[in-house]
Amino acid sequence: MLKAIAAATAALVVASGAITSDAIAADKPDKVKVGITTFLSGPASVFGVPGRAAAEILAKDLNDRGGIGGVPVELFFTDEGAGGETLASEFRRLVQDEKVDVMMAAISSGNCLNLAPLAEDLEVINILWDCGTQRIFEEEDYKYNFRTQGNATPEMMAALLYLLQTKPDFSTIAVVNQDYAWGRDSWNLFSSALKALKPDVKVVAELFPRFGAPDYSAEISRLQALRPDVILSTSWGGDLETFVRQASQRGLTQSSTFVLPLAESSLQRLGGALPDGAIVGGRGDHYFLHPETKDTDKFKAFVAEFQDATGDYPIYPAFHMAQAFAALEGAYAKAIEANGGEWPDEDQVIEAMNGLSFTGLGREVTLREDHQGLEDQLIGTARTVGEYDFPIIDNMRIYAAEDIMPPVGTESVEWIGGLDQSFLDTKFDAYTYGD
Amino acid sequence: MMRILFPAILAALAVYPFVGTSYVPLLTIVFAKALPVLGIILLLQAGQVSFGHALFFAVGAYTMGFVLRDVGAVDLVLLLPLATLAAGVAGLAVGVFVVRYRYIFFAMLNLAFSMVLYSLLEKFFHITGGTDGLRVARPTVLGLAMDRAEFELVLYGVSLALLAAALAAVHRLLDSPIGHTLKAIKTNETRVEYLGVSPRRTLLAFYVISAMLAGLGGALVAVFQGLATPDYAYWTRSGEMVFVAILGGAGNVLGALVGSFAFEFIRSFAAAYVGDYWQMTLGVVLLVIILFQPDGLIGLVQRLGRRPGRGRAGAAGERGRSERNAMERV
Amino acid sequence: MNTQLLLLVLFDGIAYGALVFLVAVGLTLVFGVMRILNVAHGSFYALGAYAAVSLAAWLATRGMPGWLALPVYLVTAVVIGVVVGGLMERFLLRRIYDNEQALQLLVTFAIFMILENLQRVIWGVQPYFYSGPLQALGNVSVGGVTYTAYQTLFLPAIALCVLLGLRFFLRHTLAGSVIVAVTEDREAAMAVGINARRAFLVTFVIGATLAALGGALASPTTSVLPGIGPDMIVLSFAVAATAGLGQIEGAALAALLIGLGRSFAVFYAPEFEVVMPYLIMVLVLLVRPEGLFGRTAARKI
Repeated sequence: MLKAIAAATAALVVASGAITSDAIAADKPDKVKVGITTFLSGPASVFGVPGRAAAEILAKDLNDRGGIGGVPVELFFTDEGAGGETLASEFRRLVQDEKVDVMMAAISSGNCLNLAPLAEDLEVINILWDCGTQRIFEEEDYKYNFRTQGNATPEMMAALLYLLQTKPDFSTIAVVNQDYAWGRDSWNLFSSALKALKPDVKVVAELFPRFGAPDYSAEISRLQALRPDVILSTSWGGDLETFVRQASQRGLTQSSTFVLPLAESSLQRLGGALPDGAIVGGRGDHYFLHPETKDTDKFKAFVAEFQDATGDYPIYPAFHMAQAFAALEGAYAKAIEANGGEWPDEDQVIEAMNGLSFTGLGREVTLREDHQGLEDQLIGTARTVGEYDFPIIDNMRIYAAEDIMPPVGTESVEWIGGLDQSFLDTKFDAYTYGD
Repeated sequence: MMRILFPAILAALAVYPFVGTSYVPLLTIVFAKALPVLGIILLLQAGQVSFGHALFFAVGAYTMGFVLRDVGAVDLVLLLPLATLAAGVAGLAVGVFVVRYRYIFFAMLNLAFSMVLYSLLEKFFHITGGTDGLRVARPTVLGLAMDRAEFELVLYGVSLALLAAALAAVHRLLDSPIGHTLKAIKTNETRVEYLGVSPRRTLLAFYVISAMLAGLGGALVAVFQGLATPDYAYWTRSGEMVFVAILGGAGNVLGALVGSFAFEFIRSFAAAYVGDYWQMTLGVVLLVIILFQPDGLIGLVQRLGRRPGRGRAGAAGERGRSERNAMERV
Repeated sequence: MNTQLLLLVLFDGIAYGALVFLVAVGLTLVFGVMRILNVAHGSFYALGAYAAVSLAAWLATRGMPGWLALPVYLVTAVVIGVVVGGLMERFLLRRIYDNEQALQLLVTFAIFMILENLQRVIWGVQPYFYSGPLQALGNVSVGGVTYTAYQTLFLPAIALCVLLGLRFFLRHTLAGSVIVAVTEDREAAMAVGINARRAFLVTFVIGATLAALGGALASPTTSVLPGIGPDMIVLSFAVAATAGLGQIEGAALAALLIGLGRSFAVFYAPEFEVVMPYLIMVLVLLVRPEGLFGRTAARKI
């Protein structure tokens, strides 16, 4: 269906292009300018800086291959850590003064919620390259915004399914999430699905320390007094690391099962502080030991380049960046082809984005008609092995995106309300470490 | 001085959008942020410095956000007075308490109130949008729905007009008897009391006015950015407002405009040319101003402008005043 | 309400209050003597934390055992206090003692901006984490809940030492008496031949050292990252104002009050955790404008 729509649109564009090809062929520019918002300061920068490193590598590779249709890309970075107002001004400046062709924003869900309407207003293509809130395309229809990756719903469903399928015997749960759109939205999804699938579980504490909090002592004391069977945290970056380190120092990680759906990005930095047995994932099927793609040349080359540049293995923001670039390249290629080889204008690139399929460094991703990417989810259990000085992910499961997210036009909360026990039979592909 | 400079600057600024447009957004912010600074200057006449006026700035901004979210499409013409009024009510509520205090206690109590609001805005996610802030939809103007470019131009004009009106009004107010009472609170409060005037009530009246100015500024910035965030209420924002007041010069209402202009331009140029050192640049500028030019940039302009026409009565009067100020400082 | 929870609230509150006191006491001492509210005080805290964490982590890679970081912290704090604090007093504050308070406040605000920037340039924006001493001191168990001995025993003990040490210094040493004399009546003290300038310098260095020490001692318990300075300064303001500016013993009590208020909030009303210190401050100041222990100053006519 999607492919049919895409083909039809492409055909339409080709047809219209053939008629008026002179009129709409834009001049080929010297550069394709891409503005990227990422965290370069604050605790979230442990997440944002690798994203920038990946973007630089990807842009260099792309330009070495001749760029987009012979045009090199140029990157402009701006810091999400500077605060909402400054970020909005910077976004505006990049579009209006630097005249960027495409924006890639943002990491923080809160920033995405604020910048998506701004992109629409400024009429600039915006690739939501990393943020998770599912609300973006469920609450609004956008023309200029696209998300080249999954969102909170499939991610939370994958984590919950994995928990219920592998460790179903628990009766109490507590949550410690960052206090902003992502932390609140992800808990809302997780808890309503839990209520539908395992209603007897008791939620004993809902803690929302502020984004960037440097100390969780009091929260940890309270959790120790409550002794929940499961502790969920969808935190990421420096916040997750501080929380897990402090919890580990005080033995909390020994007494409860930790479910950390975004901890793939912190494994290398946490090392021994993260206990074996914790459930960890990254939004999407992202892992430097991806069981299906890790041996491809493209994958190995990227990991090697990333290690050269940063000294670390790539984490999921780097993989998300790879998907954003794959989508950008794919969309321009498709638009150029549709335009009879001529340089496309913005509307033609937008046309090409609709229904686009592209492959970053994981499985193929397709953009649905609501501009949301369909991305499969990988999740597993942390385990220490001899080869690395940090835990790896074992007992991996990859869930197909279509099975764990609502169809176009249905809101997640509504869809989750309709889930029943048969959801627990959702299929997956299983892999163990070393596969 | 005021009579020549003021209309000249205004005329130049009013004509600007027809000549060039690249600084229109930056100048809009300059005008909007000059309003709370004007409020700070007002209180400085009484010798009181508020380290918490970001509170009223945030009240103005969030009022815009709340009304547009919960009430629906309300016109800008109605929204701005509403936000100003809300800030005025907040100013009255806080002012009743803080006008009992002077100097450092006044500054700190203001700070405390603003931090309470900051924490509440940040914490009550379901009402305020938490740290992400609140989106401020673009309102209609006189019933007209506008696209971004038109709206920005309108906002430039509106901000400039409001600032001009505020500057003129405050200038007049300070020259009125009640304005002189305010200044007397700084030099000798007890004497004011002996004259049968309540210093607290006088200060409260001016406090409410300054809160309204801050609220109006916050409303304009929020509607321009399309966003209200808790950062608006953080104490460093309040510090910046006081900074800008001293930078421009607290002895003259035009200091608000000059200071705001200098601050935003130093900030954007420093960010472009010295990169990571922009904050340090601002800090050094502030130190230099305080140590070597305590009556601010406007004082510098006045002194330069006075040289050729030394004998004129108006200039001499102003000079006398600034000398008296200098003596009070020693 | 059960006793176990009450006990937990108490322990968390004391641990947090101890840390806040270490920083706030320096601020209140400086204000008490010099009548300057130092906005840059939080920057000393941040500098102390950054210098301590990077130095200790570097030494640890060279084989230094975790507990040895503690003397390193002390040395770091003193160096920062003497160098940064000393320079700031000698070359900047000394020029503005006669200016009005608003300008004095702004001078320290300018220094705050400069130091914040400096800190970002030196240490960047990534978080730092080194908890050697915290691990070295081990854990203690209270009612089934594990605490680190560092936070529940060591930090409060240090805070107590600082409190008693300052009391002794101000009341029983000559240098301390000089500072007290300057505080009580600057002109009279100078008239009898006391060097007020030197008293100011010493006071300011002590204040800055205490802030840096607070930062250094906090570093094993948290992530060190941009923004800790501005956050800590408002907390210290809250403690100092709640106690009454210049009240050292009062600051200890106010810090405890604010620490307990915060941990109470985490257990019973998590939404109010952040607002607690300011709420306490506002409430106290509304009832007692000079703070819990402040004295009413005579108004000049």
